[in-house]
Order: sequence, then C-alpha cells, then structure tokens
Amino acid sequence: MAILCGKDTRLVVQGMGRMGVFHARLSREYGTQVVAGVAPGKGGGEAEGIPLFDTVQRAVVETGANASVIFVPPPGAADAILEAADAGVSLAVCITEGIPVLDMVRARAALRGSPMRLVGPNCPGAVTPGECRIGIMPAQITRPGPVGVVSRSGTLTYEAVDQLSRLGIGQSTCLGIGGDPIIGTSFVDALALFEADPQTRAIVMIGEIGGSAEETAAEFIRAHVTKPVIAFIAGQNAPPGKRMGHAGAIIAGGKGRASDKIAALEAAGVAVARSPAEIGSTVDSRVPSLRS
Amino acid sequence: MNVHEYQAKGLLRSYGVAVPQGELATTPAEAEEVARRLDAGVVVVKAQVHAGGRGKAGGIKLAKSPAEAKRVASEILGMTLRSHQTGPEGRLVRKVYVEAGSEIARELYLAIVVDRQSEKLAVIASTEGGMEIEEVAAKSPEKIITVVVDAGASLPSYVVRRVGYGLGLGAAQVKQLEALLGGLFRLFVEKDASLAEINPLVVTKSAELLALDAKLNFDDNALYRHPDVAKLRDPDEEDPREREAKEIDLAYVGLEGEIGCMVNGAGLAMATLDMIQHCGGRPANFLDAGGGADKEKVKEAFKLILRDPSVRAILVNIFGGIVRCDLIAEGVVAAAAELAVEVPLVVRLQGTNAEQGRRILAESKLDITPADTLREAGERVVAAARRVRA
Repeated sequence: MAILCGKDTRLVVQGMGRMGVFHARLSREYGTQVVAGVAPGKGGGEAEGIPLFDTVQRAVVETGANASVIFVPPPGAADAILEAADAGVSLAVCITEGIPVLDMVRARAALRGSPMRLVGPNCPGAVTPGECRIGIMPAQITRPGPVGVVSRSGTLTYEAVDQLSRLGIGQSTCLGIGGDPIIGTSFVDALALFEADPQTRAIVMIGEIGGSAEETAAEFIRAHVTKPVIAFIAGQNAPPGKRMGHAGAIIAGGKGRASDKIAALEAAGVAVARSPAEIGSTVDSRVPSLRS
Repeated sequence: MNVHEYQAKGLLRSYGVAVPQGELATTPAEAEEVARRLDAGVVVVKAQVHAGGRGKAGGIKLAKSPAEAKRVASEILGMTLRSHQTGPEGRLVRKVYVEAGSEIARELYLAIVVDRQSEKLAVIASTEGGMEIEEVAAKSPEKIITVVVDAGASLPSYVVRRVGYGLGLGAAQVKQLEALLGGLFRLFVEKDASLAEINPLVVTKSAELLALDAKLNFDDNALYRHPDVAKLRDPDEEDPREREAKEIDLAYVGLEGEIGCMVNGAGLAMATLDMIQHCGGRPANFLDAGGGADKEKVKEAFKLILRDPSVRAILVNIFGGIVRCDLIAEGVVAAAAELAVEVPLVVRLQGTNAEQGRRILAESKLDITPADTLREAGERVVAAARRVRA
C-alpha cells in the first residue's frame, strides 16, 4: 500500500512535447506502466514506443489508462485537466507551471462533484518508491518505507527525501502538491490519505510562506491525524509583499508568515524542524523505529 | 503586475465604474493646464507611484486654483516618496494625476480578491473606508462583509444587495452599486486581475458613489492574453535587478544581507535563505534558477548576484533532479573564470550527476569551497563571508 499511485497505475501522458516524452521515458524506466500519450492530430502514431491518441477519452478506452500526467503548456492546461476528468481517469497530476489563477478557479468549480482527484498544478508529481513515478521527481533518491512525504515544493522535497533515505528511512509515497495559490490536492487531503494508509507510519509535511494551507492542516492534524507529523516551513526570513518564486509564496496583508504557520503546527503537536538541514534528523529522533 | 492609479481608473471608467474626472501630468505646467480644464474649484494632485501610504508621505495635495495646482505639482514631481510600502529608499515621483475634488459624505471600502481557501472570488466590503483593510480586520472584523462567488461572466445581483444593504446604503445607491460593483467584477474576470481594490469608495454629498482611489493587480501568468494590460507595465517602478532577472526567466528578489545565493527551485531557494540565517549569516538575495538551469543561465545568475555591491560570498546550492549537476558545475567554472569572481564561492551539488559535478569543480583549480550537505553549505558560506569582512 501507499497513496495515489502504485503497481496498478496505468498512466496516460497529456502533452507529448519534449518534456512530456522525456519524463514518460524516465517513468517507464522506473517501472511505471506508461500506457498512452495524448497528442491531438498524431493519434495512431507513437513516441518512444508509447502509443499516441488524439484525445484522452480514446486513450482511456483503448488502453485502460486510469491516471493522467499533464505537461500541456499553460494556455491549454486547465482544459487538459477537464479533459482528463471527462475521460474518467481517477487521478490527474498537472505539472504545468504558469497557469492563470482564474483558469484554475474555474477548473476547480467545474470539477466539484467529479470523482477525479487532481494533484497540482505547478507540482513535481508523486513517487511511490519501487512502484510508480508520475511527474518529474528524481525517483532514484527515494526508497520504499514507512514515511509519507507531502510538500508544496519540488527541489526542497528532494532535499527532504534525500535526508530520509540517507538515514535509512524509506518513504511510502512522496507527493508534491504544488506551489500555486489554487491547487487540486491540499495538505489536508494528503494527510487524510496518509492517515488511512497502513504502510505509512509517520508523515513529513513541507510547507512554505503564503496562504493558510498549513494552518488549516494544523487544525486537521489536531482533530484527525494519529500518526506522528514532522514539518518544515520554508521562507522564515522572506520579506512581506515579495513573491518568492512560487506564485503562491507571498506574505500579503500580514498573512502567510512562516512564524504563524510554525506556531499553529507546534500547537497541534507537530515537530517542526528548525532548519532545512534537520528534516531527516527530526523524523529520526521523533520516531526512532523507522530505519530499515 | 501592478499598475498606477491613473491606469487603474482608466480601466475602471471603461467598465462603467464611476471615477472622478482627471488627467495625467508630468510637469507643473501640465498640471496647471489640467486643473484649468477640469474647472472643478478644488483639484487633488496625486503622486503616481506603485505604493500605498501616499497621502501621509506628502504625495497627495489639494489645490484651490490652477496656479496652486502648478505649485503643489512642482513640490510632488521629483520628490522621493517614502511610505511604509516603499522601503527606506523610497520612490521617485515622475508623474502626477490631477483630479477633480469630491465632497465626501462617507468613505467605504470595496475589493475583489482571489480567495485561496474557498477557491473562488471574494467580494470584500467595509464601512471603514480609507483605512487599510488588514487594520480593520484586526480591530473590528465585524465591520467587514465578505461574499464568496464563482468566477462567472457576471456578478449575481444578490451579491450587490448583500454588500450594498450591508454597508447601509439606500435603495437608490444600491442601484448605483450594481453598475459599479458589476463593472469591477467584469473587469476582474475579463482581464485576469488578482486584486481590485477601491479604497475609499465614497458617497458624495450629492449621494453619488465614486471610486476615489483604485488599486489593480494583474496575474502575471495571464498577461499573455491581455496585451492591453501588459502594455501598462511601468519599468521605472520595478527593481532593476528583478526586472532583468524576469527577462532571462530567473526569479530574483533583492534582500539586505551579504551572502549571494543561487539555487534551483523556489522552495529550496527559500530554505537556503533560512539555512544561511540559521547559521548566523544574512542572505543578499533570493534566486531561483529554475528547473531548466544550464550553463548560460548560471552565468547570467552570477552576473546578477555580483551586481549587488554588498555581496561578500556566494552560495550555489543545487539539488539536481532534472537539472544535471555536471552542467551546473561547468557553468559555475565558466562564470567564475569569465567574470573574475573575487568573492569566496561555496558550491553544494547534490542529486543527478553530483559526483561528476564535484570533480569538474575540483579540477578547475578555481578557489571553490565544496560542501556536501545543506548544513555544511550554510556554515561554510557564513564563515567565508565573515573572513572577508574581518
């Protein structure tokens, strides 16, 4: 067990451009079942041995794909998300960075009531170590194990995963939920999934400045999470009013400060690592039995 | 992206939002001319800079005649305006907006924002106009009306009624609000705004609703489909280094410390600043070289960092996922040699091809301090910066 993706995942890749094809290949090399690519107008062809279809719907009908990863450029990305939902996949992971916020507001409204789970956009995707890679993470740094990792970041997730793996602490699933203001899967959603997953024995949550997703997560942890949670919040010294790379990473109107998030998490019993170098060691000291 | 008040009001006017008559002036003589044309008795001369708090900073003045408008414009134009939003360096005022004065009976607050929590738009209104909404939220949250709506084509009428009657407006004024708030909403959704704020929205003594001040922010990610909005960008209002970084697709934010940073990925870049601070140093900048960092980009990033005279040491922190560390190392070596980097350089490479990358650095014979872990990187660069200072 793990969350969101595993051996049974049958992946369709939307947006078979340079990046889509490259990561489709890496995912397949990792052992993921990459069953289809979608490239309108190129249906019937193939790329890297992956059959191409004109629409997601055709790809699902022909190959039994049940999850999609989206590399479609920003102007068409929200539409690609809705196309995935229409085709009936149960999971869509949107990697695309730079989607207009109102496109996502409208896409989220259109998805209300849809059984499809959206992860991202502007995220690195998910890896269930040894089983499945969706997106752009360097899967070689992961190892199978009991820690669920969820993060708003990309490379900082790799840093945390690497620290864990070096200590001999493996991961159930590593999940990047994305750095945009409007995203499909929240910290709360991911925490609920990890809480329900029998393989996961502890959860690492990596947040950052901007918005209030970490505060909401703290409330949820207090009420619903029994597993130990270890956190880090990036941007403790970020100046207010400046967008720190991610569209969602901005302290605005006195809201979204790292200090408030850390206080909320600590009040909910979460162990918050003081520096980004101490994420792995904080997990190790909080839950000593995780090494393998 | 921010725009000036005069630009925001031009857009509002085109969407049927009532704003006072006014025109832009770049010289005192022009201000006098505008004041004469407005023929309004009292005019307001307002500094046009991308920052709030202009009134208290002396950037907004009344004038009772065209001659006085000329005089106050000459005081405001060319001044360095310092408010709580400009930072200590302030902003040079290059243009003023000259506007007909209004007789104010009530000051209200009205805004539309993207609400991250509900994933919808939020219409926010308050009876406490003229104050910053954060201050109202802290002191008297009960005076704030928030209505959450979908980003549809037009604003549902009930929202107008909730806001209007909630603000204590009469039926005739609620009618006016329908046009005003409806226009603001259409502007927001059609032009991909991220913030639209009218503060204050005034009720004049003749019971008219009027947008006295206006602030619009637009979603950078959507500018590609709004060339008319993109055209409103004022490079004079942007930090030159941030602007330059944007042009070469790097995310850069200038800070006040002495340790320059180059990192791949926004989260790791923020965490690297945290690490430096944790080790007792102060970062000079945030720089995310992005997922596609290559040799050329590394060089450009170095140029940008070195432009800051307070930089005493540089930390390069790369976690290669997609980015290959050997390519980054080649970029660092080329940049350090070509740009004759004189400050100490600490480089930490981890992830894809990190071994090859480290070898390239070691063989370069350049004075580069390697670091293995994030902690080591932080400690070494802080120590290096201290040695330079001593």
